[in-house]
Amino acid sequence: MTGITIEQVRKRAEADAKTYGYFLTPDAELLQGLLEGLRVNEERYGYASCPCRLASGNFDYDRDIICSCDYRDPDVAEFGACYCRLYVNKDVYEGKAELPSVPERRSLEKQARAFLTPATAKEEKHEAAAGEEKMIEIIPKIWYCKQCGYMVFRDDPPFICPICKAKKEFFAEVKTRIDFLG
Amino acid sequence: MQFLRVKGEKSHHKVVVYALSTCVWCKMTKQFLKDNEVEYEYVDVDLSTEEDKQKIRQEIQNKGGSLSYPTTIIDDKIVVTGFRKDLLKEALGI
Repeated sequence: MTGITIEQVRKRAEADAKTYGYFLTPDAELLQGLLEGLRVNEERYGYASCPCRLASGNFDYDRDIICSCDYRDPDVAEFGACYCRLYVNKDVYEGKAELPSVPERRSLEKQARAFLTPATAKEEKHEAAAGEEKMIEIIPKIWYCKQCGYMVFRDDPPFICPICKAKKEFFAEVKTRIDFLG
Repeated sequence: MQFLRVKGEKSHHKVVVYALSTCVWCKMTKQFLKDNEVEYEYVDVDLSTEEDKQKIRQEIQNKGGSLSYPTTIIDDKIVVTGFRKDLLKEALGI
């Protein structure tokens, strides 16, 4: 039990939205329901996983759906809102665009992890370990803000710079190269 | 598996809702069915036992559904993913 209140959840979400240039859903009733779901999940699992997705209770498996989830940025960019519709863009917030229906971007493979029994989870872990070796070949990108110099390690640049609020277009990719000497 | 039945006047369709207790869209789906007097049964997947979760996963996937919530299955064949009033109205004829 973390004993977190809905007001604490709300403040955290508001701060996060402000930092990254998003807005919280304008529908007060919907917002209240979403925040309550997050609060319950934080009490239940120890972390605020997405109220609209089934969590496994295993932190490593749920890491990508802890709010704000890994899918928020691409979902808001494509649809104007994240999957549960807690975070929306300016047009939706101001009522210029309707609250969209957002399809699940998380892979079925990851969703299915929430159904693992402790026994199958163990097997899965071995497979995951083998998969990690392959992961090394995938190098995430590094982006820097041309306005303030902030650097971030992620697939796409953030919607706005969390430091100086420069727009996405101000971000440039830092090209990385790995050389093996000797 | 423990399905909870919500009585309604319109009971000529078999309506099953797979929901999450924390999900506001699932709550809206339940409320929408209730408001329209549609009889349905539901299960909150996040509150189910591990054993039941396995069964639920098989059931949803066997019927061609994805593991998103709410998933509403009408007459064992029409699968509606998410709170889609339009699709629910069409499938239930309301």
